[in-house]
Amino acid sequence: MKLTLKIWRQASPEAKGNMVTYPLDGVDGDMSFLEMMDILNEELVNKGEEPVEFDHDCREGICGSCNMMINGQPHGPQKLTTTCQLHMRKFNDGDTITIEPWRAAAFPVIKDLIVDRSSFDRIQQAGAYVSVNTSGNTQDANSIPIEKAKADEAFHSATCIGCGACVAACKNASAMLFTSAKVSQYALLPQGEIEATDRVQNMVRQMDMEGFGNCTNTGACMIECPKGIKLENITRMNSEYLKANI
Amino acid sequence: MKIFPAVHYTMGGLWVDYNLQTTVPGCFAAGEANFSDHGANRLGASALMQGLADGYFVLPYTIGDYLADEIRTGPISTETAEFDQAEKDTRARIEKLMNGAGTHSVDYYHKKLGLIMWNKCGMSRNETDLKSAMDEIAELRADFWKNVRVPGSADTKNQELEKAGRVADFLELGELFAKDALDRNESCGGHFREEYQTADGEALRDDVNYAYVSAWEYNENPRDAKLHKEDLVFENVELKTRSYK
Ligand code: SF4
Ligand code: FES
Repeated sequence: MKLTLKIWRQASPEAKGNMVTYPLDGVDGDMSFLEMMDILNEELVNKGEEPVEFDHDCREGICGSCNMMINGQPHGPQKLTTTCQLHMRKFNDGDTITIEPWRAAAFPVIKDLIVDRSSFDRIQQAGAYVSVNTSGNTQDANSIPIEKAKADEAFHSATCIGCGACVAACKNASAMLFTSAKVSQYALLPQGEIEATDRVQNMVRQMDMEGFGNCTNTGACMIECPKGIKLENITRMNSEYLKANI
Repeated sequence: MKIFPAVHYTMGGLWVDYNLQTTVPGCFAAGEANFSDHGANRLGASALMQGLADGYFVLPYTIGDYLADEIRTGPISTETAEFDQAEKDTRARIEKLMNGAGTHSVDYYHKKLGLIMWNKCGMSRNETDLKSAMDEIAELRADFWKNVRVPGSADTKNQELEKAGRVADFLELGELFAKDALDRNESCGGHFREEYQTADGEALRDDVNYAYVSAWEYNENPRDAKLHKEDLVFENVELKTRSYK
């Protein structure tokens, strides 16, 4: 496969970035998108140029760091798939592919395609935990009965990998889907009840402080989320928030 | 779909004491990074279990215990000879990586090392291959430090430089890896020495001579690493051979 890549290059957070065009030959359909990027980078290094910096870690769809806007879509064209699990067979010989970083004020660009997502960490730290004493007298998990449907919902919410595609997809750069998934995974379980009030208030406050936009229910987040996190989480967070404030 | 075998876990890690403290006082290593919990076996979810057990049940007590003695220690000045030395060494190392002859990329060395490890230090290994692996890695390491090409600047974020630092470490660890496998004249867990097998191809352990953990002390050149043997003592169970048949 022969491709034309148009990639956002930005030397530092302060630098003015621009799109740079790179032709790339020898791409195989069995390569993942990141392997294609590796090949481009090795070519650039061999030519004495600086490679395109991008985040990646697990390459298994579980860490949420391989974030790229591919042809205007977070994580590219394939549904429920992170960039690292996207294969080049989804593209055709001769294609032009545009690759950009997430765009949101709360995700400042560090370099090229890498953005700073520590705002997500701070939202998590504001309340996404339960205070359980683990000092040697841990309770048997099965001694607290939980309805199967609720356990499944909580588990599904917990599959959010914190990638930020929801923010990138949203015209308001809202982090509601992410935050609500983190709130929901506890709100649905009895273990999460103790801190329920503080949790939702503190996490929403932190989310606003970080500069994420508000939700206008467009639902783009759910469409682009690689883990299929559902809009219902936002409804649940709103009702938790209301409950906590009255 | 293409399916192929791949390395996804390496057994062993940093030596730690019972409190998970490394040989550097105040530096603790938890989870997969330390050597302690699983010995020569990689069972499903080992890494997760080790991270959870260390993080939930051990560190909350042992780090607190360590810090209890430090509670009156004031701010630590960076105006010390030790700090200057550490800073100088780090800068020199970075400079050396940045100023290689620029012949080959970091990935070039990483792949070469990977191939040596894959072919000669895999699950099934033998004396001849391990010895030649040690020589090949030493040679590759020397070449790396002379000829690596790291583009960009050391003063901004630079993933190639980060990677170069890691590959430099792998090039030491890889040789130590082979040395360790060479020292252990038995087959055990994930270590299958072709010379030590039963008539029907099963692992042949030698509990008389090798019932110990090999803790290697760093000594610049991996070849000169010093072996400390920590005996494995079984108090409540009897040491037996596991049969998968
Ligand atoms: S909700 Fe989906 S898109 Fe948003 S951070 Fe979680 S996994 Fe990523
Ligand atoms: S690299 Fe971890 S999710 Fe893609």
